[in-house]
Amino acid sequence: MLSVKNVSKTFGVVQALDDVSLEINENEVVGLVGENGAGKSTLMRVLAGVYAPDRGSLQLGGKSIVFGSPTGANLNGIGIVFQEQSLLPNLSIAENIYLGQERQFVRLGLISRQRLNAAARRQLEKVHADFDPRTRTSELNFAARQMVELAKALALEERTDRHLVILLDEPTSMLEQRDIDILFARVRALRARASFVFVSHRLEEVLEISDRIYVMKDGRVVAHMPVADATVPQLHQLMVGRDRHAEYYRESRQHAPRAEVVMEASGLAVDGAYREIDFTLRKGEVLGIAGVIGSGREELTRTLFGFLPQTRGKLRVNGREVRLNSPSEAADIGIGYIPRERRVEGLVLPLSVAVNMTLASLQAVKIRGVISPKRERELAKRWVEKLHVRTPSVDTLCLQLSGGNQQKVVLSKWMNARSRILIFDHPTRGLDVGAKEEVYELIRDLSDDGIAIVLTADTLEETIGLCHSILAMRDGRVTARFDASPGSKPSQVDLIRHMV
Amino acid sequence: MDPEVGRQSSNSGVSTPALREPERAKLRPRSLRRLRPFAPFVALVVLSLLVGALNPRFFEFNNVVRIANSAAIPLVLALGETFVIILGSVDLSVEGVLAVGAVVISLLVRNDSNANALGWTGAALAIAICAGIGCLSGLIHVQLRIPSFMATLGIWFVGVGMATLALGGSTVRVLDTNIRSLALTRLLEFPLAVWVALSALGLAWVFERFTRIGRYVYAIGGGEDLAVLSGIPVKRVKVVIFTLAGALYGLAGLLSAAQLGMGNALIGSGRLFFTITAVVVGGSALTGGEGGVLNTFIGVLIIAVLANGMVLLGISPYVQQAVQGLLIIVAVALSIDRARLKIVK
Repeated sequence: MLSVKNVSKTFGVVQALDDVSLEINENEVVGLVGENGAGKSTLMRVLAGVYAPDRGSLQLGGKSIVFGSPTGANLNGIGIVFQEQSLLPNLSIAENIYLGQERQFVRLGLISRQRLNAAARRQLEKVHADFDPRTRTSELNFAARQMVELAKALALEERTDRHLVILLDEPTSMLEQRDIDILFARVRALRARASFVFVSHRLEEVLEISDRIYVMKDGRVVAHMPVADATVPQLHQLMVGRDRHAEYYRESRQHAPRAEVVMEASGLAVDGAYREIDFTLRKGEVLGIAGVIGSGREELTRTLFGFLPQTRGKLRVNGREVRLNSPSEAADIGIGYIPRERRVEGLVLPLSVAVNMTLASLQAVKIRGVISPKRERELAKRWVEKLHVRTPSVDTLCLQLSGGNQQKVVLSKWMNARSRILIFDHPTRGLDVGAKEEVYELIRDLSDDGIAIVLTADTLEETIGLCHSILAMRDGRVTARFDASPGSKPSQVDLIRHMV
Repeated sequence: MDPEVGRQSSNSGVSTPALREPERAKLRPRSLRRLRPFAPFVALVVLSLLVGALNPRFFEFNNVVRIANSAAIPLVLALGETFVIILGSVDLSVEGVLAVGAVVISLLVRNDSNANALGWTGAALAIAICAGIGCLSGLIHVQLRIPSFMATLGIWFVGVGMATLALGGSTVRVLDTNIRSLALTRLLEFPLAVWVALSALGLAWVFERFTRIGRYVYAIGGGEDLAVLSGIPVKRVKVVIFTLAGALYGLAGLLSAAQLGMGNALIGSGRLFFTITAVVVGGSALTGGEGGVLNTFIGVLIIAVLANGMVLLGISPYVQQAVQGLLIIVAVALSIDRARLKIVK
């Protein structure tokens, strides 16, 4: 019925979708699985009319169709329940369900709230939710808001004669088992009136609810099969199944870390995000944390740099027990953070290279309490040389640099601040291949200098290639630890088995 | 008070999607939050009782009329500002547009400077001109993508400049008795201006609660990106709201000209501060999406009662000004859930 034909989509240098084709039949639940960054969310957004494909087309009943906007997709019967929810917290349930569709309730220019609320109640009944439609959505918990979103998607029935297709983007990642069971029961019951596309990291769930499964990898559909033919190990293999080039990650330069432990966690936990995390980090060690979205690894990373203080457990840095309440406390004890959104968190883009490099260590460039521009620029020049930052001068504004060079400026900032522990949060995201290799080279240099690194990487192969040891996380817990010395590196399948 | 008002203003409109996790909902102290919307109303009652206790003349009927009269023009101005603030924008052009309105009215109705005598038609024309200026602010904001506070800061001075130019810096007296009657004629003991302001409040409330644009104002303030995704004509709604605000400032200009019996370019001086204070003290969040005209009504009354009370208690005008300055800071401190704001600019 609804089909995707040879769709491609790129963002900058990233090929998010590469010649993707997919078919959705009536009254069918289609499962879509793939690693982080495999292109699932992008595909969902193309289906929902948020992105237009660069190449290829969408077809409805054999006819080519262009949505142009989410509204266009809606009018063709396609609704989406976004991973990050899309209800307005300051409006009521009814107002959210019919946002933009109030015309039908208007008489003489005025909205009839009674009719609006009654109509919303009818939509809520479809999902067996007995909420008062006048409740503000900010009063609801996540699972309840998701039911409202589902009801909102089902309300499309009234706007279009088309068969409904409802896209569920990672609907279970934040739900408790009880709520997942409820959601699945609803989906099964609603299959009579709509098709569903179900995206999830959790393969067992996909196998449970889907009729057919598509597997994506690196922006492509690599396999599709009826659910009866699919098994979890086979899906794992399909999701990763890619050769790792040892030299790409400079594995020959990976040396055993030193004995001295610089960071140690025991029983570390943040309520609702992760728990019982234990690890040690030694001088010169690269520790990788692997996990899908919602596994708690992003939160763990943020704890290590003071963005999200732990609620339980102990964290020792250089033998001293600490609780990092803010990034500046972390910086003070020698922890640096290389953020994924360097444009937002790592750099002040409209300022020069030199100013950015000394931002975390102004003491070093002050003379009698006043910043010395001369000293600042000298210091910056040393780092530009050392890290091979390609910039016309240290006075160049950071916004004029390429992504890889911006990343180096962030790094110099922390090196300048004498950080001995660096938290790398997706350091190669959005970089092209050459810039990525420079970052890998840099990580080896830092490791040789005895800097300890905690790495959350974009891909599993990056994690495996770069790290000395790896923690795999799932649902907020460490599920496995791997030694990743050269020659005895775990495979991606080993890792992913403990992640999904 | 309508219980629905409380529902709309229980917390700030800011929410980071990353923080909207199930456990947060559980940790939320519900009871406190439920009470927060009624804080302005409680403050008004407590303040009134306090002033009344210190000076019983406060509750005399004449004084109540005086407070109502002093609150009429601020209420009309604040109604316009309320919608802009719920959008998540801010309108600083209050004084400029009000001056244009008052001056144009003074020059179009019977006056001591020219031969015009358009009466109510003149008043309507002036309000239409002010609506046009508001529309211009809105268009500058959405079409040129200039922050609303910058666009309206400019329009403020353009307005004062135009009003000064029209009068050459002097003052024109209003001789039209119909216009003056707005301030001088009383109905059930209250000047007509008070009834005009209350009618504006009633209409604004209906607009807020029962029209699509009223709904969209909240949607845009709550999450502009989501509003766009829902197919809401965000730009058009914004322009309509700035236009409406302009018209209300024009109406306030009419009431000012009637009250003072004259028009000049500085007739609006000091009004902006009270307008924004009233909206904020009433509990509408500057971050948008929360609050409403009934909140603003309470906010205007709080400020009017406070000002009146300080006069009754013989407090120096300079101290009064300082107290009002502190009031706006305290109001913001109490109304916004700042823990949820990651960055404050």
